[in-house]
Amino acid sequence: MASASTITAEREHYLNADYGFRSWLLTTDHKRIALLYLISITFFFFIGGFFALLIRLELLTPQGDLVQADTYNKLFSMHGQVMIFFFLIPAVPAVLGNFLVPMMIGAKDLAFPRINLLSWYLFIVGGGVMLYTILTGGVDTGWTFYVPLSTAYLGTHVVLAAVSIFIAGFSSILTGLNFIVTIHRMRAPGMTWGRMPLFLWSNYATAIIQVLGTPVLAITLALVGLERMFHLGVFNPQLGGDPLLFQHLFWFYSHPAVYIMILPGMGVVSEIIPCFSRKRVFGYEFVALASIGIAVLGFLVWAHHMFVAGISVYSAMVFSFFSYLVAVPSAIKVFNWTATMYKGKIYYSTPMLYAMGFIGLFTMGGMTGLFLASLGVDVHVTDTYFVVAHFHYIMVGGMVMAYLAGMHFWWPKITGRMYPEAWGKLAALTIFIGFNLTFFPQFILGWTGMPRRYHAYTPEFQVLNVLSTAGSTVLAVGYLLPMVYFLWSLRYGKEAGDNPWGAAGLEWKTASPPPTYNFEETPVVTWEAYNYDELPEEVPVVG
Amino acid sequence: MEKIISAKVYFTVWAALMCLTVTTAAVSYVDLGQFSIVVALLIASIKGSLVVLFFMHVKYLNVKTTLLVILAGFFWLAILLLMTMTDYITRAWS
Amino acid sequence: MSDSSQALATHELRHHFEDMEQQRDASSMGMWVFLITEIMFFGGMFMAYLLYRYEYFVAWQEGSQHMNFWIGTINTAVLICSSLTMVLAVLAIQQGRRRLTSVMLAATVCFAIAFMVLKGMEYHEHWLAHEFPGSAFHFAGIDTRHVEMFFVLYFVMTGFHALHVLIGIGLVSSMLYMNERGHFSADYHNPIENVGLYWHFVDLVWIYLYPLLYLIGHHHVG
Repeated sequence: MASASTITAEREHYLNADYGFRSWLLTTDHKRIALLYLISITFFFFIGGFFALLIRLELLTPQGDLVQADTYNKLFSMHGQVMIFFFLIPAVPAVLGNFLVPMMIGAKDLAFPRINLLSWYLFIVGGGVMLYTILTGGVDTGWTFYVPLSTAYLGTHVVLAAVSIFIAGFSSILTGLNFIVTIHRMRAPGMTWGRMPLFLWSNYATAIIQVLGTPVLAITLALVGLERMFHLGVFNPQLGGDPLLFQHLFWFYSHPAVYIMILPGMGVVSEIIPCFSRKRVFGYEFVALASIGIAVLGFLVWAHHMFVAGISVYSAMVFSFFSYLVAVPSAIKVFNWTATMYKGKIYYSTPMLYAMGFIGLFTMGGMTGLFLASLGVDVHVTDTYFVVAHFHYIMVGGMVMAYLAGMHFWWPKITGRMYPEAWGKLAALTIFIGFNLTFFPQFILGWTGMPRRYHAYTPEFQVLNVLSTAGSTVLAVGYLLPMVYFLWSLRYGKEAGDNPWGAAGLEWKTASPPPTYNFEETPVVTWEAYNYDELPEEVPVVG
Repeated sequence: MEKIISAKVYFTVWAALMCLTVTTAAVSYVDLGQFSIVVALLIASIKGSLVVLFFMHVKYLNVKTTLLVILAGFFWLAILLLMTMTDYITRAWS
Repeated sequence: MSDSSQALATHELRHHFEDMEQQRDASSMGMWVFLITEIMFFGGMFMAYLLYRYEYFVAWQEGSQHMNFWIGTINTAVLICSSLTMVLAVLAIQQGRRRLTSVMLAATVCFAIAFMVLKGMEYHEHWLAHEFPGSAFHFAGIDTRHVEMFFVLYFVMTGFHALHVLIGIGLVSSMLYMNERGHFSADYHNPIENVGLYWHFVDLVWIYLYPLLYLIGHHHVG
């Protein structure tokens, strides 16, 4: 029998179908574009992470002694902008979504492959402008660009930063547009809406938000730019402009944006839990509809970011009510994932560890969101580290872990190689411990009064800050591990077969790595999603 | 296959749009108090509907998803405008 | 449907689609989804307009009376005519009448250029009257600050609209060019339809901008 590596080398697939820079930089193959995105967002993750480490370093001591106040403002601003717009927003949709959406519906590619490539180039251009902004002095508006600070009082590169995000926003819009049309129009015969994997439902809901919300961010940033450059002061108080109008417009996008960030992660979890419980998803329809519910309700809550900004208390009550309501579909998903695991045959593989970690940490982050949704409590904790901990529990404890879960789950499909399972588990554990050590203390810090965005604090907060910084170093190590072993696996990893996890889903019915056109023949679907009762109970490959 | 609409329909719609433009311009000189804006937006919406239904062929669609897409767009715009205005309008209540 | 026309059509089938119908449906849907992103993009501006009109209605009336009613009204008619010629271009290519298609596309471009010329004249007029927001703004009348805000919104909204007209000119011109090169037929003309959708949307935005900017408070003219 020929060695494993020669078997792969002999068969043509999307990675070896063509060689050279042009074949990658001018590709329209969704799988290659997904890898282009993977490299790009990983790069920005490390940039954002670098700023995070500087922040945590400064916060080791109560005095503002590492950097000046203005510099610190730049650190958290750049951390936020890079992490949100250049890592979290594209992460799952542009990497895993691009790779998997066509495969999961049995298509040869997305509806608009050239627009997909354009979307990546827009991301790169936007990212390039952001890098230039960082290297030439950065911006200190916070990731939130509040006016009139950003329009009238700052001398930093506000317009450049706004331009970079404006461009990246169009990358996001085009990805969403592509997914919506693909899912509507290109499903394989027999792949009805009710048979689609939940990963598709999640990405579809995400795409709705991308398409309807991001344009409002675009116009808002454009207005900030126009005000700074041409005195077209829509937000200028001297002309009767209202800074709160900016906040309404900004948060109209930026709240749904958090659902752009989390929904795809939920989709990943919905694929992993049934696979490693060897059971169908409990309440498939409810989980599918919950995704749509989150997308819709998520647009009705934005002013909960403005409770203390001066909005009407009656309006605040309405937004508070909807903020409680939007937790319901998320809770439904958590119940259904748990119910899926109940009496299942559980395999504690690396993806499953991350997915379970997601459920726990996302739930904590989500529940603390309810604290913030309460008007009275919010007055106490808004703009403190409580909020910082809340969103990091969801974004890092939730989303980043879901992203890593997905990367581990589909790595064999994408590369044809298995990552080393023991190292995978070790990294997952390290990340879980490091994450909690970093961010749990921040709930307490916030509750007891430490404000956010301050580089100096009163001495009674130091112990928890030191714990948090210690945690961040553990977390950093945890994130470096997959970088190393994923790269290692490209050359030395065990060959994965078509379906190492014994998973359901069309993507597992084709080779690993897949051929350029995904399937030898267009599949015809006659079975329901997650047909684990028909699949082998044993997971072929798990450490 | 796609339905081919006759040129006559298009010219009729064009004439209606021109007439409605003249109408809305003329009506703006009449004092309707608070209803001026209502009438103006109503006429604009009729004109808009004519463009969407006939020029953009929405009336002759095979595919109903398109209608869903259009309605979603206007619905979301309504969310932005209405929910933001509820803040400003109710500030006076306190 | 001639054989060469059908062959031309199939030649245009992109490899990831099953057939031309799927390709057509997908690309139309893509354009519609893009148009709702444009609704939301302009929506942000309409939101600002709505808020400040609610708060500064008197200034809105003042500002509107300083608009050039005739240019605004004529431009509305010009865009409506351009929408007609655009949809007639689509009709023509549906019937395989390539020359007529080119004529209609060219007419659309002409109307669009006329719109831009009139707009340019209008902006020039405002410039001379010191109605550009900023340090040069000067308004003799009541509530100057808020009238300046009206002009801010006027220039932002009509400015972004004009940008979209300009892009439309580019798109329609490229359709004209491709049609002249024999790229389209009765069997294949989806790009022209999609550009038509975009163009009608641009007209639609103006249909709302016109009364909101030009027709406020005329009955108060004194």
